[in-house]
Amino acid sequence: MNQAGNEKIDQIFNGIYKEAEKRRNEFRESPVPKIHIGMATCGIASGALETKKAFEEALDEYNIEARIHTVGCLGHCYAEPVVVIDHPDSGFPPIFYHEVNAGKAKMLVKLFLKEGDPRFEHVYGAMEENDLIPSVMEFTRFNQEKRVVMEKCGRIDPEDIYDYIAQGGYSTLVKALKLDPDEIIKEVQNSGLRGRGGAGFPTGRKWELAKSAGEQEKIVICNADEGDPGAYMDRTILESNPHQVIEGMAICAYAVGAKKAIIYVRAEYPLAVNIVTKAIRQATELGLLGKSVLGSSFDLKIDVFRGSGAFVCGEETALIRSIEGYRGMPRHRPPYPVQKGLWNKPTVINNVKTLASVPPILDHGADWYRGIGTENTPGTAIFSVVGNVVHAGLVEIPMGVSLRSLIFDICGGIPNNKKFKAVQIGGPSGGCLNEDFLDTHIDFDSLTEAGAMMGSGGMVVMDEDTCMVEVSRYFLDFTQNESCGKCTFCRIGTYHLLKILERLTRGEGEDGDIELLETLSKDIKEGSLCGLGKTAPNPVLTSIKYFRDEYEAHIYEKRCPALMCRPMIAFYFDLDLCARGCDACATCCPVEAVFTTSNRKKGVDQELCVKCGECMVVCPPEYDAVRKVSPPHLVPYIEKPPEKKKKED
Amino acid sequence: MNDELTPEEKEALKHVASKLESFEKQRGNLIPILQMVQEKLAYLPTEAIKIVSEHLEIFECEVYGVATFYNQFRFHPPGKHPIKVCLGTACHVRGGGIILENFERKLGIHAGETTPDREFSVEKVACVGCCALAPVAIIDETVHAHMAPSKVEGLLMRIEIEKEMEERTKIKDESGR
Repeated sequence: MNQAGNEKIDQIFNGIYKEAEKRRNEFRESPVPKIHIGMATCGIASGALETKKAFEEALDEYNIEARIHTVGCLGHCYAEPVVVIDHPDSGFPPIFYHEVNAGKAKMLVKLFLKEGDPRFEHVYGAMEENDLIPSVMEFTRFNQEKRVVMEKCGRIDPEDIYDYIAQGGYSTLVKALKLDPDEIIKEVQNSGLRGRGGAGFPTGRKWELAKSAGEQEKIVICNADEGDPGAYMDRTILESNPHQVIEGMAICAYAVGAKKAIIYVRAEYPLAVNIVTKAIRQATELGLLGKSVLGSSFDLKIDVFRGSGAFVCGEETALIRSIEGYRGMPRHRPPYPVQKGLWNKPTVINNVKTLASVPPILDHGADWYRGIGTENTPGTAIFSVVGNVVHAGLVEIPMGVSLRSLIFDICGGIPNNKKFKAVQIGGPSGGCLNEDFLDTHIDFDSLTEAGAMMGSGGMVVMDEDTCMVEVSRYFLDFTQNESCGKCTFCRIGTYHLLKILERLTRGEGEDGDIELLETLSKDIKEGSLCGLGKTAPNPVLTSIKYFRDEYEAHIYEKRCPALMCRPMIAFYFDLDLCARGCDACATCCPVEAVFTTSNRKKGVDQELCVKCGECMVVCPPEYDAVRKVSPPHLVPYIEKPPEKKKKED
Repeated sequence: MNDELTPEEKEALKHVASKLESFEKQRGNLIPILQMVQEKLAYLPTEAIKIVSEHLEIFECEVYGVATFYNQFRFHPPGKHPIKVCLGTACHVRGGGIILENFERKLGIHAGETTPDREFSVEKVACVGCCALAPVAIIDETVHAHMAPSKVEGLLMRIEIEKEMEERTKIKDESGR
């Protein structure tokens, strides 16, 4: 690009930036308190809408002027709804409050905003270093993270493009437009960025292939079809900072020479769809997208396509079929989509996280990115850590951190003094790893070596009460349901895997089942075309490998060691502990299986019992009389008194 | 189950037919069109499939083939109070299956079905994205966190009571006039 063109781009962007800066300064310097509320799906699910309403009402009631700033998600799901209150007049720094329900919101308005008392018992931490309140940065959950992709998530209003621009957003696009496309691809290649969709293909290489396709029309697709039932980082990024993804897409499109781009978002993410659509509109209005971007010769139109909920559409060729209006079934590769993709045009498909990594890389340079993470896998990884873990939520860590420090240091370990049993990484395609792997370093290669995979980035931590056979059954149930049906091994093989696992969890396992599961799994892996079938048996294979004793207990002893498979367990009341006349269990039982014995203690009618475990939860801890055993025949016989005549009259 | 179109649905169907004109006759528009129909009608009745197939000039069976492939599309009307039970990984580990079973037992229907009076429908969903609150159920639009089997009964009872109260005030209003 020539000198005059560059100057024009700078001139146009400076105008936009000045406006953004003006708005930001006006917001920052206004003396009124600012209330930042996290309003992504997770926050809303925890009641952020009510919290916001309560703040508005309370501000009205006490006649206080304050500004409510809705932001995205910080990733601290365990603490939702999260509110940060910046009250400069009080002398306190911005304070992070967790689990702010409507009542807490009203209280904070009255006591903090009005009377200046931050209520220390509710404070989680301060957002910056100061002498009065310990900073959140002292918590490992905050200071061990390295935020590259999610840096601005939860700090800016996703529905206001100026908020992003004021924080340096879109300046990388300006920088990119002044570079030669080859230089951009070179930089991305040097950074060592690998696709964050799971497979880890070098992004720069993909772009180069697309670029080399010549002058024909090309398409860029952002894959946000996040199907793993336990991962939601793509949604969070789109909901909290859509512009970083759009900026990454624009840079990618410019580098490979595409004029058309599509964001493929699941329709199940209505908020993400709305926010992204709005973000595209705002960017187009400011001339950051559309015809002649920022006055340059580069055009880009971005559309949103709503995926209709099929796990397999995360696979790139299936995703393409789905946009074309067909059943989302994968096809054989090669030709790869970069050669022949959507409507037979060269198509670059990148994950949300990959594209969102691009602006920081170009901004700080490839060497900076190489400095984060490991030699082979630079950069950061985002995990949604869920299950039996204290600080569940989204965590962005540099590659190479060990599983132990992720689970125990950053996420606070296992709640309720339970023991760690296994961690399932990579969702339905990944594997279960046991305690011996806790010192494994997280990166594409070491996880694959251990038998799991990066996959979607879903991470489920399981404690000693989780049955590995049942967890494998759960994942198989999911993949079986989502198998598109194209390959026989995947379609019928996963069905039989599921049937065997169902039998095992019902206590009907037979000798030889484990071997059958193993051979079947290997066949499915070999006989399937796409990643879904190739990885679907992973949960089974890894759990057999590391927890074979549990499978054996299910088959030979008809016993579930974790006491989770319901057909194999039974509940009873320890009559020595059961309190006479206490009715807690009987009232909560959904099927009225609890009866009163002749001495006014309790017994369980094993035929009626559905084994929901509710009685165990409600039994007062001072009695703690409910016992769970496996196999069920270990239950002592407790006589049920004959039906009283009460019913007759 | 009564799958005949209600008068409101017939009206909505007419609206759908007129809206179809704004979509170009391209195969790529099939899924967006089906999504639009479901937004208006809450499900895809046979009549709607017919209109769509005529508009795009593809066979009805093709339209069905695509629609049944994707989890989003439903072919039966949902209940007035749709119940969605999350069975994502975190909810499953914390007993989401037991919650689903309780709803099924209380309402006497299976997941994916609607009660004969079209009041309730039960559905399994994969991860609603609040894993820290597991297990989770969504009734109407409200997310109920940390579900327990005994909570199921209470929630359903609340809806019943609210309905009864509504009817009572309605009768009162009418008699007042």
